[in-house]
Amino acid sequence: MSLLEVKNLKKSFNDNVVLKDISLNVEKGEVLAIIGPSGSGKSTLLRCITDLEQEDSGEINFDGTFGLVFQNFNLFPHHSVMKNITNAPIKVQKRDKTEVFNHARDLLKKMGLEDKEDAYPCELSGGQQQRVSIARALAMNPDILFFDEPTSALDPELTGEILEVIRELAAEHMTMVIVTHEMAFARNVADSIIFMDGGVIVVEGSPEEVFSSDNQRMKDFLGKFYD
Amino acid sequence: MILSTVIEQLLGGMVTSIEIFLLTLLFSLPLGLVVAGGRMSRFSPLRWIAKIYISIMRGTPLMLQLIVVFFGPYYLFGMTLSSDYRFIAVIIAFTINYAAYFAEIYRGGIESINSGQYEAAQVLGYSRLETFFIIILPQVIKVVLPSITNEVITLVKDTSLSFVIAIPEMFTVAKQIAAADASIAALMVAGIFYYLFNILVAFVMERIENRLDYYE
Repeated sequence: MSLLEVKNLKKSFNDNVVLKDISLNVEKGEVLAIIGPSGSGKSTLLRCITDLEQEDSGEINFDGTFGLVFQNFNLFPHHSVMKNITNAPIKVQKRDKTEVFNHARDLLKKMGLEDKEDAYPCELSGGQQQRVSIARALAMNPDILFFDEPTSALDPELTGEILEVIRELAAEHMTMVIVTHEMAFARNVADSIIFMDGGVIVVEGSPEEVFSSDNQRMKDFLGKFYD
Repeated sequence: MILSTVIEQLLGGMVTSIEIFLLTLLFSLPLGLVVAGGRMSRFSPLRWIAKIYISIMRGTPLMLQLIVVFFGPYYLFGMTLSSDYRFIAVIIAFTINYAAYFAEIYRGGIESINSGQYEAAQVLGYSRLETFFIIILPQVIKVVLPSITNEVITLVKDTSLSFVIAIPEMFTVAKQIAAADASIAALMVAGIFYYLFNILVAFVMERIENRLDYYE
């Protein structure tokens, strides 16, 4: 059985149908990239899976904990980096403080931010803030990690450092679902790719299959990136 | 009358003014949060009750509200209340009036918080109550502090309105002395007291604002 199963998901906002019958599976250890033009429903799909939106119909089967990395980081500005990362594991998961702090220090080290634990989010660059938010999500020991356009709010020169972190996580077989506009990255890192347009999955498969697809909408979309 | 005697006579009144001030803050600051909660409730009758309440409290004179709270129980319900009620009425009237203003300030503060903060908290598994008290409220306090300071300074001066139901606070006493002596000295002393008290209030509030300045 798959770690995450989405069956026949439908979602509308008033008269605007955003998701029309979406089904997908994510296996343990898989990295799935979701690509597609703006307004194609990618983010809404992620928000339904993570309970930030209520689907109109369909089924989402997932039993475990998940983390979500937002486009705008959404760090808590009044908490230090350390508190951002440790507060939920301690308060929500009721884990041992010492264990959580050690875990958080390991994660910060991995993110190259070991000297920033007492800093506040406003003192960090966008790339550093996003790395803290990834550490915050990982501190919950998620079974699956979702990314909602994690580099879209960053300057191009800061995008690389986030993609590098995600690449490392992929090498460690972290299960991830990544909504992204970074085509080259999706192609290199993902095990499978879903191309969405107009609220439906138009093409899905391995990166090779998707990027060499004959589908006209897919070709038009990719054309915009390579022109 | 010599100045030291005037000050001595005003002293008791000062204590009463400070009591009104502190008790009003003690009750109205939390009550304002409750009213703001009602005003922003998803349950529309509650929302309307809070809206009408705020509208009346802000739309009618505080002096009139003091009179209504003090005399209302007798004229409306024929209740006779003990002499202690005079002071209680002042605290009730000030509290319900200031809670309305604070509620609107809180509401503005709460609405200024980005919805991403709620979403991040939800994804991390915080309950709604935890989200409010751990994530939202501390940020709201920082945002609303300058507006709260304004209201608190106004409250210092508004305590003088209690003269209308003959509470022996400083302004009431000062007026009595001024009438008896046919001299404005007592009122000037009272004025200086209000001013110094507000300088202290502004100083304290600025200290609090600075303490919350550790993040943007």
